[in-house]
Amino acid sequence: MTKKVFWGALAAAGAAASIASADTLEDVKARGELICGTSTGLAGFSAPDANGRYEGFDVAYCRALAGAIFGDPDAVEFKPLTTTNRFSALSAGEVDVLARNTTWTLTRDVDLKNTFIGVNYYDGQGFMVPKELGVTSARELDGATVCIQTGTTTELNLADFFRANNISYEPVPIETNAEAQQQYLAGACDVYTTDASGLAATRASFEAPGEHVILPEIISKEPLGPLVRHGDDHWADIARWTLNALIAAEELGVTSANIDELAASTENPEIARLLGTEGNLGEMLGLSQDWAMNAVKAEGNYGEIFEKYIGEGTPIGLARGLNAQWTEGGLMYAPPFR
Amino acid sequence: MEFQPFVRTRMLDAKPAPVTSVGPAGWIRRNLFDGPLNAAMTLVMAFVIFLLLSHLLPWVFLSVWHAESLAECREIIDQRYGTGHSGACWAVIHERFFQLVYGFYPPELYWRPNLTFILMLGALAPILFTQLPRKMMVFSALFPFLGAWLLWGGSVWQPVLVLAGFGIGFAAWTALAKVNGILAIAAGLILPVLWWVFAMEPVVNGLHAVIPLGLEPVDSTQFGGFMVSVVIGVTAITLSLPLGIMLALGRQTDLFIVRTVSIGFIEFIRGVPLITLLFVASTLLNYFMPPGTNFDLIVRVIIMATLFSAAYIAEVIRGGLAALPKGQYEAADSLGLDYWQAQRLIIMPQALKIAIPGIVSTFIGLFKDTTLVSIIGILDPIGLSNAIRADSAWQGIYWELFAFIGFVFFIFCFSMSRYSMYLERKLNTGHR
Repeated sequence: MTKKVFWGALAAAGAAASIASADTLEDVKARGELICGTSTGLAGFSAPDANGRYEGFDVAYCRALAGAIFGDPDAVEFKPLTTTNRFSALSAGEVDVLARNTTWTLTRDVDLKNTFIGVNYYDGQGFMVPKELGVTSARELDGATVCIQTGTTTELNLADFFRANNISYEPVPIETNAEAQQQYLAGACDVYTTDASGLAATRASFEAPGEHVILPEIISKEPLGPLVRHGDDHWADIARWTLNALIAAEELGVTSANIDELAASTENPEIARLLGTEGNLGEMLGLSQDWAMNAVKAEGNYGEIFEKYIGEGTPIGLARGLNAQWTEGGLMYAPPFR
Repeated sequence: MEFQPFVRTRMLDAKPAPVTSVGPAGWIRRNLFDGPLNAAMTLVMAFVIFLLLSHLLPWVFLSVWHAESLAECREIIDQRYGTGHSGACWAVIHERFFQLVYGFYPPELYWRPNLTFILMLGALAPILFTQLPRKMMVFSALFPFLGAWLLWGGSVWQPVLVLAGFGIGFAAWTALAKVNGILAIAAGLILPVLWWVFAMEPVVNGLHAVIPLGLEPVDSTQFGGFMVSVVIGVTAITLSLPLGIMLALGRQTDLFIVRTVSIGFIEFIRGVPLITLLFVASTLLNYFMPPGTNFDLIVRVIIMATLFSAAYIAEVIRGGLAALPKGQYEAADSLGLDYWQAQRLIIMPQALKIAIPGIVSTFIGLFKDTTLVSIIGILDPIGLSNAIRADSAWQGIYWELFAFIGFVFFIFCFSMSRYSMYLERKLNTGHR
């Protein structure tokens, strides 16, 4: 009897689970909030403020997604994940979407059974050195000691770069970015290498940022983007087109300031389709007609989000570079909304 | 003239000891300048201490308590103490104090963890200090349910009905005890589990619908800071002691299966680092459970920490048991006590007394090990310090956060170690 009940319960749990994972949108709607996996803390990309509210570039994407689904950018719960448990949390269904500055690679896409829904930041690995060394190019770094975070792709890129240029280096392995700053400032290494966005953020926090330079070489491709798990293409579509909507909004000149006005009066058919005053794109996605409008209203369009959290007006002070719109010479290119 | 030898007719008053051997001067001479080697060492050490303090004290005290960001801190320090002075920026502690203590717990509900903490002290008091009335133990037994309810919130029926499960088990055991001993134990164990797993939830929902008493639920993801350390630490400490005693006894018993299982468990857990167990709790368990099940991460961590420290406690207590003279066991047997009576009245009180320093060391270690949970993404103080550094206002701050966290941990651990010394003195009745 006991056994029967046990197996019955297990089967019921299994059935409930398989129903649960079949349609993520239904789950999210039933729950009343989105669960978004994010970093435990990365300057500019995601960090809790003094009131415990998460803010940052990756966080803003999740708020836009919550806006698209619920019309409420706060209907989202953030789950801090580390580099080790982020993929298992996604595949186990603990989070609906992972926006944790994750580099898009073939292995992560195919072997770990994830669907990357686009790129929200094109990053690449760079070098920072003290100005007094007088180094102007990474090729001059022969024999340098290099502070490097262990267990990351940066470690492998570094080895490749130095080998390709036939110069030598001595690695100083460190665990976290904060530790790297201390080691670098204390002179334990001549060079600090990590993603260029991280270098900029780190340099900005120094007491004398002007005494350090970021070398011009970018030695790797790090396309960072949000991802969802395999098995629910509809959900991946929603996530992908929310990101596209943010990028398209910038291209079309739709900002959080003028969006209401444009929705009421625009003549541009593409803007009208994006904002849902024309056509039925929202319906096709299984969302409300003004989904993209709510997504942009959450934290602004792609450019506004960039400027707010990591742009040149912030302490991190990143230039748009590769992350500018394609019309401005960057790589941000949203497919057409039709 | 008669020879008059010198005879003292009255006692001399005692002279005061020479100034060089009493008072502060004497103390210094005896303890600091006792011979040339010691004098040299004293001077060297004094110089080292002076060097340390002359750097540390200005950093700690010529510092900033009110600022919005690290950059502002640096400006204020430059202004107030001149450029070149490096002072601490305690403003980060000032601004994030509540976050470091409570994590993301809703501020309007801070009274709940506060109350839980005070009640916890009340619950611990009768366990720690034997001179308090024994009746207070009833509260100690009820506290885990009360505390969990206060922290996590939800329906009041939840803890009440979990407690009812113990009642069911006890009732089943007493009812069947006269019929068949083994059947009684089996029923006493199985019935409560069935109750908790299958019957409780609908009953809770039903009762809650009729009498909706409860607190606003707070999700585990909102737990953080020292609150998480204390919750994990205290729960694991209190659960691991009884579990450790059982394991230690299990390892010494003649029952083959119990002994094998105990030895296997202890040796396995001791052979595996705690980090591995935490990774299992946070990542591997997901793959074993059906997708979509939400098994609270903090509860998973508490279970792992409990199992981990139970294995160590078991070995510490085994040391205590081994140190007892064999005569004590024989004396207990000769009095006609059965196994449990002998353990309870003769063996354990003595074995535990011997094991106190080891037990408390294990507990202190466990409490400090709770900071490891930052590796699996729980925002304990260390995890939070990382998150705070990611705020662009505080990026680049380093030692201040660690210094504060270290200071708080020191208070907790030092009190534990002081208590253990008090207990040792109090129980020091024989053998020495």
